[in-house]
Amino acid sequence: MQGGSLIIKCKDFRIIQLDISNPDKFLKVATTVENLSSLDEPTKLYPFFYRPMFPILEDGWTAFRPETEYSQLVTSQADEWRISYINKDFSVCATYPSAVVVPKSVDDDTIIAAANFREGGRFPVLSYRHDTGSVLMRSSQPMTGPSSKRCKEDERLINSVLGPGKRGYIIDTRTQTLAQTAKSRGGGFEVEMYYPQWRRINKPIDRHQGLLDSLAKLVEACNDTTASTDKWLSRLESSNWMSHIKDTLNCACLVAQCLDQEGASVLVHGSEGLDATLLVTSLAQVILNPDCRTVRGLEALVEREWLQAGYPFPIRHRKSCYSTGRTKAHAPTFLLFLDCVGQIHQQFPCSFEFRTSFLIMLFEHSYCSQFGTFLGTCEAERAGMKLAEQTVSLWSYLNRPDILQSFLNPMYDPNNRVIWPSVAPMSLSLWSELFLRWVVDQTPQQKAWETITSLREKDKELRLKATRLRRQLADLEKEAVEAGILVPASAGAPPTSEAVADA
Amino acid sequence: MNRWTADFWRQVLPHDTQTFIVPVNMYRYQDLISPDTSISSGNDTGIPTSPSVYGRVRSWLLQGQCSAPPELYHGLSIHKKVENVRMLDRYNARKPSIGTLYLTATHLIFVDPDGKKETWILHMHIASVEKLPLTTTGSPLQIRCKTFLSVTFVIPKERDCHEVFVTLQQLAQPVHIEDLYCFHYTSSTEDIPKPAGWNFFDLQSEYQRMRVPSDQWSLTLLNKDYELCDTYPRYLYVPSSASTTVLLGSSRFRSKGRLPVLSYLHRNKAAICRCSQPLSGFSARCLEDEQMLNCVLRTNPDNSFMYVVDTRPRINAMANRATGKGYENENFYENIKFHFLGIENIHVMRSSLAKLIETCELKSPSMSNFLGGLESSGWLRHIKSILETSWFIAQAVDEKETSVVVHCSDGWDRTTQVCSLGSLFLDPYYRTIQGFQALIEKDWLAFGHKFSERCGHVAGDPKEVSPVFTQFIDCIWQLTQQFPATFQFNERFLLTLHDHVQSCQFGTFIGNCEKDRIDLRLNERTFSLWGYMANHMNEYINPLYSTLATPDILMPNIAPQNIKFWRGMYCRFESGVHPREPLGDLLLATCDHSSSLEDHIRLLTKRINFLKQQLADCKDNKRNFPAVPIDGTIDNIKGMMLDNKYLYEKCREDGITPGNLVQLKISHASNNGLPGDSTKLSSNAADVLSVDQLAAELGSVALDWKTLRNIRECVCSTPFDHFSRKYHCWKCGEVFCTRCIDKHTPLPGHLSQRAVPVCRPCFREIRHSGSIESP
Repeated sequence: MQGGSLIIKCKDFRIIQLDISNPDKFLKVATTVENLSSLDEPTKLYPFFYRPMFPILEDGWTAFRPETEYSQLVTSQADEWRISYINKDFSVCATYPSAVVVPKSVDDDTIIAAANFREGGRFPVLSYRHDTGSVLMRSSQPMTGPSSKRCKEDERLINSVLGPGKRGYIIDTRTQTLAQTAKSRGGGFEVEMYYPQWRRINKPIDRHQGLLDSLAKLVEACNDTTASTDKWLSRLESSNWMSHIKDTLNCACLVAQCLDQEGASVLVHGSEGLDATLLVTSLAQVILNPDCRTVRGLEALVEREWLQAGYPFPIRHRKSCYSTGRTKAHAPTFLLFLDCVGQIHQQFPCSFEFRTSFLIMLFEHSYCSQFGTFLGTCEAERAGMKLAEQTVSLWSYLNRPDILQSFLNPMYDPNNRVIWPSVAPMSLSLWSELFLRWVVDQTPQQKAWETITSLREKDKELRLKATRLRRQLADLEKEAVEAGILVPASAGAPPTSEAVADA
Repeated sequence: MNRWTADFWRQVLPHDTQTFIVPVNMYRYQDLISPDTSISSGNDTGIPTSPSVYGRVRSWLLQGQCSAPPELYHGLSIHKKVENVRMLDRYNARKPSIGTLYLTATHLIFVDPDGKKETWILHMHIASVEKLPLTTTGSPLQIRCKTFLSVTFVIPKERDCHEVFVTLQQLAQPVHIEDLYCFHYTSSTEDIPKPAGWNFFDLQSEYQRMRVPSDQWSLTLLNKDYELCDTYPRYLYVPSSASTTVLLGSSRFRSKGRLPVLSYLHRNKAAICRCSQPLSGFSARCLEDEQMLNCVLRTNPDNSFMYVVDTRPRINAMANRATGKGYENENFYENIKFHFLGIENIHVMRSSLAKLIETCELKSPSMSNFLGGLESSGWLRHIKSILETSWFIAQAVDEKETSVVVHCSDGWDRTTQVCSLGSLFLDPYYRTIQGFQALIEKDWLAFGHKFSERCGHVAGDPKEVSPVFTQFIDCIWQLTQQFPATFQFNERFLLTLHDHVQSCQFGTFIGNCEKDRIDLRLNERTFSLWGYMANHMNEYINPLYSTLATPDILMPNIAPQNIKFWRGMYCRFESGVHPREPLGDLLLATCDHSSSLEDHIRLLTKRINFLKQQLADCKDNKRNFPAVPIDGTIDNIKGMMLDNKYLYEKCREDGITPGNLVQLKISHASNNGLPGDSTKLSSNAADVLSVDQLAAELGSVALDWKTLRNIRECVCSTPFDHFSRKYHCWKCGEVFCTRCIDKHTPLPGHLSQRAVPVCRPCFREIRHSGSIESP
């Protein structure tokens, strides 16, 4: 009997082949890898055994609590918004966090009624408030059913965010047909008659299995470097991944446009309000909110819009593109989000505090990590698993200065404006840094970034040095004038060097 | 036009000035390919619009023999003016710009007064003019340019449209080569003499660089009067062992007489040779040609065989046999390995590009439309096949130490592409700006790539037009994407080169071979592009380039995933689709800024040391004071000196840094700047130092430069677009357009006293205050 080759296909798209000649060991390794890669019991996962080799300076588990994240909002807009603990025991909505931000004018009973009207209890909550005062909300689909039921509490809840005479938009991430068919299963969409202040727009984004199949085709095409150009291009096209990016960015831009240019509030939902919904609300914030383009801001965004919003990472990321038996429950929606951020990054390379390697790192940890951050499908489950006590948060690791440093973008120049990405097909390109990293050598690009970093650092140092020397010269100048060595300034002359040095 | 600018022109330009570059432009290269204009007071005295005849327009403009002063736009004489024209923009179809269309002898200009938008189209850049079916708003005229600009003007009256159409058709492609733009172009703004650039490169020194002539290779003068082959250069390098009989015989057996000659000699003695196809037909053979190849083989004594690469697909080569041409028979030629490599011919390439442009021009395409169109155009496939063939040659030469003889049909299109790319893979010199230009001089210009026919410079057979050079530039761009630190030049360099091959503004690419260019006396009558580019070197630098990071042999990855669509070329004028923050320009600005600060720091250190010395001397003399502060001072001085030394050494280590190149360019410019001033300034420090002078020195160097982001227009109200380089004034740190930053002067705050770019107000301020500084 002979050994054999073990081909391991990883969730980060890498394919490793192990040739093991000893048949015994070959089988042992194979079974072990297979067993360990499909553990059912979460508490047997790596994060529960991992012990950090670094001191935790700031605990990532508490760094982004809703109370702190929304504190500025609820203090500055105290008459409009409040933090509600109605869901503190996760009874109103199992997938929501214990604290949510709701309109001040709406009482808890109304919210409970509205939650009953929305799928999975995911009632409309605040996602983001733009500078213009318009707000972005998200929810799941209303349970109108085939008879187009209404819920006055739900109407009151979402109407309360609109000012008098103002109109808002409901962005449905499904096609109209899909929304219609949802009715037969008890779901549906807001009936225009009952929501006269809102305009419904369907902006379909593919979800679930379609997305994972698309990724699988893309990765397969990327790995075949011997194909002809025509074959590669046709596979790239038929994978539809780039189309998904275009659709997603398009939808996010539309939401951002409503909020920023029209000053109108927006409610986003699909069916469950978990996949496309979160994708759109989080991307819209990257476009609108400069904070989300910083390292901490993006971490906070992932916490708020994905983790606390109940995106079931362990379920969605259980299978990736190489896996067999992919089902509806598995989807690379979060990767699509990161890719879209990467596309915007490419168009605005100086507006982000982080480099795109930061996004790749998030991608890797979201699929497999020594940290507990992406475990648990929602806050209720994370609390049940006692993750905060038993595992280390990814943010605890990342927010240490030495680690953070390696992800910083040397070209960063804070940009307070809204950034409007182009969604033209020629503006979007394959994220080769991620998808081609195992098949095409990326070192020249990495070296280029190192050079950029050193050029920028040198410039900063020179500036500091020049300022220091100017100050020193100004002091000496004063001394020299007193000592009579230097001819004092003539009348009507330009400002002295001290003034210049201060400027 | 901004009043400020207008005032300025009046001040700066002497009355008899005839020409200067026109300012406002919407697109990036209009300033480069800009007309010569004359300032005149005439404005309302319109001239009658006569039916257009090319010669008449030309002679009338050139001789200036018009009784009434012509109507001018930015100083350009207007031949025809049409009002209420709509310019359609695919991405902005709902709000077309409405404005005036001006037709001049050299340009078509569209001015939208509300949008502050101007579109300049050089006639020479027009690839096609087409009248589209009438619409309710007028007759649309679609213009496609060789720079990949595509615009549609809707002209209210059909008659006007027809007249513009007919005129443009004549102006875009003159019948006579001497009517080309370069023969009329006079460059007064560029401060460069006409011969500049023509003398930069000569073929013999390029071969000397390759250590040729040598034992194996020698120069033959058989072609000094272009008698052997009129499309080859006059100096040819052939195997020393090849006798005249062999050379003559081989030349007779090759299509157009293009016998095998040396293109590139690698340091391992393996060579790239180029020729055209043999006239072998089905069975013909030529002993001299066989001997010739054998001589080539023997120049590389370490190897017993060599490759003969036919870059054509096998079927094309076979078909050529029916016309008495063909390819080498391995049985007749000793020790050759013959390969077909499958690059398609010029006609396939032409239609491929047409399809690519169609794809780029799709109205609101979906991702699938775009990728599908990209695939069916085959453009990327062709780029890949050129890269693959070139890499095959380079690999043979380097790894297998085998010489390669390359040909296609006539050996001036595909052969040129792959010989030049192959050499570029093998020799890092060709990846520098100078080396790249030398490569083009050698493989493209000297060996007779038919630029005028392939670019359609003059009216001729449209089937001869083909994007062969565009493909070459595209291949280079692909490599710059793979190896960001390996090329000394940037994307702007490639685009400028590409556009000027088409523009006919310079004589460099006029004609079809060396002989044509000599016959036309281009080096006397026209400007050289290399001279112009030398004057704009700081725009073309790749800040990431480092000689250390450049490998000797460039090993490209030619996986299909690595061949990308070049948006910056083919979608250049789609203003909305490009990255909003151009990294390259920001980095260039960073490098300039660092360079300014370094120079300033050197001056500050010098001043500080001087003052400290003076203070110390003063205190020594008085002896009243305890020595405490002096100790400190001495320490400080040591620190300073160390710093200083560090800086100098650092500069020396860096070798060719972007800064140095800028310096080269700048020092050239300073010759006509402020002679004398620099010596005065740097030598006076030891004499008398005044507070005023220190203040002037500090005030002349901006520590912080304004961020380039969100600056939409220059102070002269020229709008910036994606491709216009934004410049900083080194004195005030503000941002200006290329035209407003045309002054160079040394700054009092710099030790080196090299001339650096400053804006016009700062320039005046410095010149004005010059008297204060020199006591």
